[in-house]
Amino acid sequence: MDPRDISRALTRIAHEILERNKGASDLVLLGIPTRGVPLAQRIAAKIADVEGNAVPVGSLDVTMYRDDLRMRPARTLLPTEIPHGGIDGKTVVLVDDVLFSGRTIRAALDAMADVGRPQAVRLAVLVDRGHRELPIRADFVGKNLPTSLVESVRVRLSEFDDDDAVTIAGAGGGPAARHEEDAR
Amino acid sequence: MKRHLLSAGDLTRADAELILETAEELRSLADRPIKKLPALRGRTVVNLFFEDSTRTRISFEAAAKRLSADVINFSAKGSSLSKGESLKDTSLTLEAMGADAVVVRHWASGAPHLLANAGWSKSSVVNAGDGTHEHPTQALLDAFTMWRHLGNLDGRRVAIVGDVLHSRVARSNALLLKTLGAEVTLVAPPTLLPVGVEGWDVETSYDLDAVLPKADVVMMLRVQRERMNAAFFPTVREYSRRYGLDGRRMDTLQDHTIVMHPGPMIRGMEISADVADSHRSVIVEQVTNGVAVRMAVLYLLLGGSEPAVGTSEGANL
Amino acid sequence: MTTAYLVKGVRVLGGEPTDLLLEDGVIAAIGAGLSADGAEVVDADGLIALPGLVDLHTHLREPGREDAETVDTGTQAAALGGFTAVHAMANTDPVADTAGVVEQVWRLGREAGHCDVFPVGAVTVGLQGERLAELGAMADSAARVRVFSDDGKCVSDAVLMRRALEYVKAFDGVVAQHAQEPRLTEDAQMNEGELSGRLGLRGWPAVAEEAVIARDCLLAAHVDSRLHVCHVSTAGSVEIVRWAKSKGWNVTAEACPHHLLLTDELAATYDPIYKVNPPLRSAADVEALRAGLADGTIDVVATDHAPHPHEDKDCEWQAAAFGMLGLETALSIVQQTMVDTGLIDWQGVAERMSYTPARIGRLEGHGRPIEVGEPANVVLYDPAHTAVVDGTNLASLSRNTPYVGRELPGRVVATFLRGTPTVLDGKLA
Repeated sequence: MDPRDISRALTRIAHEILERNKGASDLVLLGIPTRGVPLAQRIAAKIADVEGNAVPVGSLDVTMYRDDLRMRPARTLLPTEIPHGGIDGKTVVLVDDVLFSGRTIRAALDAMADVGRPQAVRLAVLVDRGHRELPIRADFVGKNLPTSLVESVRVRLSEFDDDDAVTIAGAGGGPAARHEEDAR
Repeated sequence: MKRHLLSAGDLTRADAELILETAEELRSLADRPIKKLPALRGRTVVNLFFEDSTRTRISFEAAAKRLSADVINFSAKGSSLSKGESLKDTSLTLEAMGADAVVVRHWASGAPHLLANAGWSKSSVVNAGDGTHEHPTQALLDAFTMWRHLGNLDGRRVAIVGDVLHSRVARSNALLLKTLGAEVTLVAPPTLLPVGVEGWDVETSYDLDAVLPKADVVMMLRVQRERMNAAFFPTVREYSRRYGLDGRRMDTLQDHTIVMHPGPMIRGMEISADVADSHRSVIVEQVTNGVAVRMAVLYLLLGGSEPAVGTSEGANL
Repeated sequence: MTTAYLVKGVRVLGGEPTDLLLEDGVIAAIGAGLSADGAEVVDADGLIALPGLVDLHTHLREPGREDAETVDTGTQAAALGGFTAVHAMANTDPVADTAGVVEQVWRLGREAGHCDVFPVGAVTVGLQGERLAELGAMADSAARVRVFSDDGKCVSDAVLMRRALEYVKAFDGVVAQHAQEPRLTEDAQMNEGELSGRLGLRGWPAVAEEAVIARDCLLAAHVDSRLHVCHVSTAGSVEIVRWAKSKGWNVTAEACPHHLLLTDELAATYDPIYKVNPPLRSAADVEALRAGLADGTIDVVATDHAPHPHEDKDCEWQAAAFGMLGLETALSIVQQTMVDTGLIDWQGVAERMSYTPARIGRLEGHGRPIEVGEPANVVLYDPAHTAVVDGTNLASLSRNTPYVGRELPGRVVATFLRGTPTVLDGKLA
């Protein structure tokens, strides 16, 4: 995906969220760090363009809830910022860049349970690359990208990287594959 | 494998900054309805306290419990004279009970080193204060407090005032603050500065009034009255006059300068009541920060397959 | 009729190879190509012969602390170290402050038979530093005590020290002082310096030793008596002793092998195997001690062999006992630090570890040169041997040696006590 593909996908997701929710009331967007956060902010901006009011945006770090915590050295924590007003009774839309095994989202659901009790939780991802290991599905998908397990999907966003792009790297693990695992 | 936190001097700048950043994230936990994270679920943390210290023990206990660890408190009132169970036997017992980490406070300098290196147990050892040697988590929470108020500590001037000779807090702070780029000045009467302090890479001064106007942080240490009987200073009155932080001296501080104290304070001795209760004093905040910092330390040592900071097993000082 | 021993090809004090005939408790003959019917031949090719070593400062712990050492095991360790005579310090339980206790220790030594034991008498009753012990009774006893010491503690009261120095003149005794100003060293743990400040261990300042030595030298001069200074450990102490000798005063001094080799840096490990009193000092102090021992300012090497059971060392530093083993490694350490460095030769070793200590202790029959007619107290030593110290196969009951894992030169091959071997082929005979 190039920058314009990404922008169109996010616009479509924003509209789909509003359609499903029948408006912007009681919506909260929580991005999963790192790249889920700017995506959530962009979606929130697009919703604000359409609806006229701002939608609360925040971040939810899932590090402590990962099921592979004990398998690696202790990881750096990333920021968790729950917007003013909390998530109790709200419709929370989790936002992440890549949906892969589903374990990150499972961790996010556990993390949210310790923060409050949403009315409903939905999932928006920029890319769904398949290979689910848990019964998790996305409600809003930017692009379905069937991949093989030896490939890795790289998402670049201008907030962190040089540009906006989604690329698939070929076989061969190493750093690319590990980055991929981070996005799981 | 790095497994222990025995001395503030063992932390690299990267280690220290990682702990502070992690503590920053964990601090917000206090505002949540459910003040728990599952990171240390199933881990057992033992508080092994050979010296009375309700505050530090409670702080570590809160930190471990908020990370969902199981906490066992072992308080051994051992004096150097009593022939109670030896440190070795206590350690072997805890190992047999399956302790993952032992937080130890002991009256003998070097006791945590012994626990870490004697080969009696495989637990991580966190030094919660050993004799007059070190108190690394105190230094970390002090640095965290300074960082929250002043930002980056490079070039910041920190004055540590009081009984430096007997203070493990002073030692750990001097080491950690240097690592973080701050400049440390130790202020005390000559009798309360250790022999060889020139080799510590710090400034020293006998003149509190000269040091205060330039300081960004003033940390007051506790001074025990009993030191008077060993002739470290003649009277409480003289000590307070020359080295106590009172309202008059507080007025000579810069606007942004904060006043700290590791506690417990002796109001009227090293610090006057009006200073302790002033807006500059961050003494109560230090306590809150203590839990977050200790959570960070426990998480980084125990949360993963191996620790992200700390001393190597079997390393010498 | 006891066995005679013909030692072949030995280098006496490192000189040319020659033969020694040890018969009837004396050195019967010295020369090349000796022969003797019925004598047991000891092949001493490559070995040197030293006069039997004399230790002025050992702790045998019996009576009272037989869990750490007994006269039997301690003298075994001594024999293996090449010693034919040891002075056993008085800080036993009960304290050796009466004729009864010193005679008991002396007798235990004779019965064990590994080396001669000369008990040291306490200066004050119970080592309390308040009243003089019955020094005369101990001198007149079967143990014939001539060396008196409260070692472990300091005779800090100036008047008491003066009286002791005066009193022992009556029987040619000597007071051996453990120089440690008690108030300056309350709860002291290690040498006072930058390291002690960093480690949080209370310091033992050099001045606490030096000030007492200076006072005692002046007192000894004033009352015209002999003074012996135990375990000198600092450069400043060496200078004070040097000054006292330059005035012609009758002061002798000893240094321990561990102070010739180890420094206070080792305390950074917090391993109490390195905890000793006086403490390990700086590298500069070690240098000064070696120089002082070489130039004669320090007269003798004494071991201060201090056994402690495992539980008194397998704990945190502040709770641990002070002291290290020394008898079995002393000669090797002196070789490494003084002979192999060229500071002294084997004649010098004989003076510092045999002749002079015997003279200070007023011993007859020990510290005699290796000459015809002299008592056959001889050590056969292999200076070319090296070994890593094991720490498990020691004769001592205790195991607190700081040298485990260290490579040391030399090995005692045989020790003869009045012509009878106490050690043969490196093992107890």
